[in-house]
Amino acid sequence: MKVLVPGALRSYTDAAQVEAAGATLLALFADLDRRYPGLRFRVVDERQQLRPNMRIFVNGLGVRDLEHALRPDDFVAIVLALSGG
Amino acid sequence: MNSSPTRLVLLVATRKGAWLFHGDTRRDTWTIDGPHFLGHTLSHLRLDPRDGRTLLAAAKTGHLGPTVFRSTDLGKTWKEARQPPAFDQASNGLPARAVDHTFWLTPGHASERDTWYAGTSPQGLFRSEDGGVSWAPLPAINDDPAFREWMGTVQDGTPDGPKLHSIIVDPRDPAHLLFGMSGGGVHESRDAGRSWTRLIDGMQVVEGFDATTPTFHDPHCVRLCPSNPDRLYQQNHCGIYRLDRPGTTWQRIGRNMPADVGDIGFPMVVHPHDADTAWVFPMDGTDVWPRTSPAGRPAAYMTRDGGGSWARLDQGLPTQQAWWTVKRQAMTADALPTPALYLGTTSGELWIGHDGGSRWSRIAGHLPEIYAVEIAELA
Repeated sequence: MKVLVPGALRSYTDAAQVEAAGATLLALFADLDRRYPGLRFRVVDERQQLRPNMRIFVNGLGVRDLEHALRPDDFVAIVLALSGG
Repeated sequence: MNSSPTRLVLLVATRKGAWLFHGDTRRDTWTIDGPHFLGHTLSHLRLDPRDGRTLLAAAKTGHLGPTVFRSTDLGKTWKEARQPPAFDQASNGLPARAVDHTFWLTPGHASERDTWYAGTSPQGLFRSEDGGVSWAPLPAINDDPAFREWMGTVQDGTPDGPKLHSIIVDPRDPAHLLFGMSGGGVHESRDAGRSWTRLIDGMQVVEGFDATTPTFHDPHCVRLCPSNPDRLYQQNHCGIYRLDRPGTTWQRIGRNMPADVGDIGFPMVVHPHDADTAWVFPMDGTDVWPRTSPAGRPAAYMTRDGGGSWARLDQGLPTQQAWWTVKRQAMTADALPTPALYLGTTSGELWIGHDGGSRWSRIAGHLPEIYAVEIAELA
């Protein structure tokens, strides 16, 4: 499936949009980490929780549950909820 | 003025990136290399003294999780750790935790070439045995019910998170380790971190709390004297202390500071060759704890007699309306025969104190908030 990558993570992917696979968001991040080592831990912590200010949208709908099931034609966007100064 | 062929590099970690300042042999002119990691929050940047060229950087950003970067070419290129510090899954019935940021980096013993230690927020201790590429948690700290109780919660810690810091490796014995926790006290291991004993006797706590409980202790910075590893100095939330081993009771040497300045602050700096000499940079600890230079007049204070007396060192520093804050990692000394001091402020100023702090001059004035300043000798 297609995954939209925010600018802060493009040092890992070298691309704004990449292909990855997984039956759930957790599996998708495991696959992303295989392809782009280190990416997963910047987004998902060791408790398997999304880090603060990280948002995931699947086909345009916000999802926080990383067990959320995915289909191969889903479009997943990783988004940083901008904050701070 | 001391003249030396030693090549010094000043490593400055800030809330918005890192800078390297390469010094000339007289420590008068500094060449800027940076920013590195612009926009990232760098808590600590260290050079490996065992090879004189490998750098480790503890980093995160406002959004991305924490990691460690490594450079073997003095910052020309950086590579991320394969396995950054991360807590194990929950055990012993304790709640699971996530590392917010790696706060402190300490190179291992000279005989353990690729060993490093890291302290995190919330409090955790980690070790790498491959030069900082992968990090393993030390369960005797991170998953021990007593330590977890002493660490308290994120609510109990310093404003940007409770921290494990001041990781010390005895230069005589790689298995002899110490560290401090804000909060949670000072702790010591003689078996490379498998077991620990508390080292808090003599340290005061805020009035009304129990000084026998590590939870209530807030050591800000602990340093071991390289010239006498049996001597420790400590800047604490409640004063300045010295401990001479094998003794186990800290002595509050800060009582000898001028009363109108007090003995509150964050950094503690020891002399590289003289265990009787040490420096602090006092902060206002009155009323609501401004933690700025007392009266808006910044100064280092130096003792030459193990804390029996203190002398003010402010020549060249602003004389009024300078409300500096200097964090615990943001002041250090080089190891030359006549050492210079270095400090960074939260307002982004970087200063050198020549001749042990007796003549101060500014190196840089407009950096982001400075978290850590280290001076190192290049190979």
